[in-house]
Amino acid sequence: MDKPLANLGTVFTSIGQDHPRSDGRRKVMGAATYTAEWQIPGLTYGAVVDSAIARGTVRAIDASAALAAPGVLAVVTHENAPRLHALPSHGAGQQITGEGGLGEERQPLQDGTIHYGAQSVAVVVADTPEQARYAATLVRVTYDSQPPELDWHSARRQKSPKMFAGTDLLQQSADDARAAIAEAPVRLERKYDSSINHHNPMEMLATIAQWDQRNGEEFLTLHDTTRAVSLLRDVCATSFGLPSANVRVVSHFLGGAFGSKSWTFFNPLLVALAARVVNRPLKIEWRRQQMFSVAGHRPPTQQTLSLGASRDGRIAGLVHESHTHSSPVSGYIEPVARMTSMMYDIPNIGFSNRVSHLNLPSPCVMRGPGMVPGGWLLECMLDELASELAIDPIELRLRNYAEKNPATGQPFFNKRLRECYARGRELFGWDSRPSVPGARRVGNHFIGQGMASSTHPALQMGSSAQATIFADGSARVRSATHEIGNGAYTALGQIAADGFALSLDRVHIELGDTNFPTAIPAMGSMTTSSVGPAVLSAARCALAALKELAIRDAESPLFGAAFFAVDAREGRLFLRGQPSVGEEYSAILRRAGRTEIVADSTSPAGKEIKQPEMYSFGAVFAEVRVDEATGVVRVARLCGVYDVGRLINPRTAHSQLMGGMIFALGATLMEESLYDPQSGLPVIRNLADYHIPSCADTPQIHVEALNVPDPNIGELGAHGVGEMGCNGVPAAITNAIFNATGKRMRRLPITPDQLLAN
Amino acid sequence: MINPSLSHSTTESEEASTVLRINGHDHRIAADARTTVLDALREQTGLTGTKKGCDHGQCGACTVHLDGTPVLACLTLAVSVRGREITTIEGLAGEDGTLHPMQQAFIDHDAFQCGYCTPGQIMSAVACVKEGQAGSCAEIQEFMSGNLCRCAAYPNIVAAIVEAREAMRR
Repeated sequence: MDKPLANLGTVFTSIGQDHPRSDGRRKVMGAATYTAEWQIPGLTYGAVVDSAIARGTVRAIDASAALAAPGVLAVVTHENAPRLHALPSHGAGQQITGEGGLGEERQPLQDGTIHYGAQSVAVVVADTPEQARYAATLVRVTYDSQPPELDWHSARRQKSPKMFAGTDLLQQSADDARAAIAEAPVRLERKYDSSINHHNPMEMLATIAQWDQRNGEEFLTLHDTTRAVSLLRDVCATSFGLPSANVRVVSHFLGGAFGSKSWTFFNPLLVALAARVVNRPLKIEWRRQQMFSVAGHRPPTQQTLSLGASRDGRIAGLVHESHTHSSPVSGYIEPVARMTSMMYDIPNIGFSNRVSHLNLPSPCVMRGPGMVPGGWLLECMLDELASELAIDPIELRLRNYAEKNPATGQPFFNKRLRECYARGRELFGWDSRPSVPGARRVGNHFIGQGMASSTHPALQMGSSAQATIFADGSARVRSATHEIGNGAYTALGQIAADGFALSLDRVHIELGDTNFPTAIPAMGSMTTSSVGPAVLSAARCALAALKELAIRDAESPLFGAAFFAVDAREGRLFLRGQPSVGEEYSAILRRAGRTEIVADSTSPAGKEIKQPEMYSFGAVFAEVRVDEATGVVRVARLCGVYDVGRLINPRTAHSQLMGGMIFALGATLMEESLYDPQSGLPVIRNLADYHIPSCADTPQIHVEALNVPDPNIGELGAHGVGEMGCNGVPAAITNAIFNATGKRMRRLPITPDQLLAN
Repeated sequence: MINPSLSHSTTESEEASTVLRINGHDHRIAADARTTVLDALREQTGLTGTKKGCDHGQCGACTVHLDGTPVLACLTLAVSVRGREITTIEGLAGEDGTLHPMQQAFIDHDAFQCGYCTPGQIMSAVACVKEGQAGSCAEIQEFMSGNLCRCAAYPNIVAAIVEAREAMRR
């Protein structure tokens, strides 16, 4: 289409409506097909053997007993697995390999080196899952083991990379900040530690790999639990030395990801390798126990924050230092200063990030990367300063309110955090909070209230979509993005419906297939903001093509009309001002002998559309009850007020924000993975030991969004909401515990034993 | 280390087959003595609505009804339930596609996001009401805490059960 596509007369009618999820019926009937559920003829099953040591090499693998077991087709190890080419260094606009990269560099079964405990060392393939699982117990692996490196401070390989993912600065000189702190009348320096968290989506990692020969060429089809089909296609193509067109990746529904299922390429590559050896379709479902070694995790942090302020609470300088750890085969580092670097109007800010490479599994992004542990520390320190100076915590934040991003000097566009504070204060009843800790008791419980700010970048990246209007008057949009629980089928459907000028029930959305136009991974809270514009534009292009067809058709009532004089509504084109003159989409296509009309569109990346300082902001409030005798903390209430631009669907956005808040409650009070300090092997390997919030842990929750479209992020005006609900909650709860008990809890998770010992 | 024959003769125990009564229909499955109801459903009958979230009884995603009582399909061996009536999420809606009031309430209250734990949540929720454990929100929260939801749709799940409780009485 050469026509300018703005002002086509499309009015937003579906966008902003509270539609029930489009995929709701399929999900409540068990009819949504997740990765492990595809019915593939001739399917074989794999079971993975884990290493029993954390560092060393495999001396020998005796597979004879396994091979003799019923149904076993093969045992695939580094000795018989095909060789792979190295991973690409970048993908989806992010750095994958090297220090600061997001992915694990190690590829499966390429050598016998053991980098961490419970590393996959062999795959047993059999006719049934029971046969494979049993035979995997018969594989005998012997090792030449070495003492694992498990100490952060003595680790030989310690690095301070410049950039996270190639996009976020990790080091900034602290000289000016230290000088400012030295001169400040009020100085605070505190250490805060956070622990390892695992995503633990309810659906575990799974892959079905299938190789085909067609016209002498090899083709690989993967059904995989990935939220990045386009990226995984490229990674597989590079690794196997295939053209991208010879790899297809399908992922229609994901049972949650929360940061996992994108940058861990090990699992799909392993299944593809083993499938090639047996030359049969192969399925591997990782077990919950293995999710603690192969699925990635949020690494722990040891953080120090120093600040200097005036007696009226203006912060003059701040230094945020962090130490974390990664594996020997990953450059991932938790970018804890993301919030510190931009949140408050502080003239001198320094930060540093250091990583020790240990013989522990590879970390990766987890919901709110950097923002959750780093923002926790920053927002707790604001609370410490507030109580030191006897200033209300909201007032202290307002005194340091940033109109400009201190990192760039550029003004924030459309920042509405003041409104969030004010509305949250009212909704939560903040002003009745006793400012003195330990002042409120009910029975054996101390009651306390705390608050924190929340933020997340409102990012946008280029993505593509294809739109089709069919002769029956229905329409379809395809894009290689994902439904991970984010409501993508619904929100993108609403956007498409408005682009097509159709009702939502006439629009069919298809996602999660590399046969569809390329899109970004479902990451960084930017699916809606990135894929949404492509969907809207593609739908409008298809509609524009339909208009062209009508106005050039002598038999159409719209024949000869000016392009911009033709409007569309609910599947019908008509003359503006003369709605009776017009016809249905289906009539136009049928008369033209067309079954469909197709249009493609690509949305520009944020940087190309002159991205200003775009962030989401929010204010979070918590009320806790702390049992004096047991130290058990129960969160009674959470209240969040957020500015995330326009809500495409208030219902699904509310659910995502609410779910994020409860997710972060888990990180605050219960979630911690442990590795044996001698062997390096995972100690926590199941959901009875790794506690995530249950129904009974759920507090009363009140979520509000300002719902003001942000014109800086395009016509849709929508930010993402996936991570905003998480950020801020850990500090709000920690600050509420201080308000309840007078105890400053500086380690996550805040467990009863620590509260009693403090 | 590839087995040259690429196919073994199966042992006697693996040849055994059994019939499971699922949602009112008989399904013949090859019942390895180790086969769980969960794997039988997902790998042999094509009924994949019942989900595998941990495979060892900790998450509730595989909850089905056995003679009307909720059980964890991952901890139930297929050969042990011959002659019993298994109801899965696929058996909850009417033959004409009319949703069970609990399924409809889950949609109406947005009681799920990714949808993976949802079939198990709904099977437990139906049992929660039928067993008279849905008297208050606190009671519902307690009963439903064996079904984990990482998306944390919990408040909406409770609201859905409260609504369906009334509809199921009618």
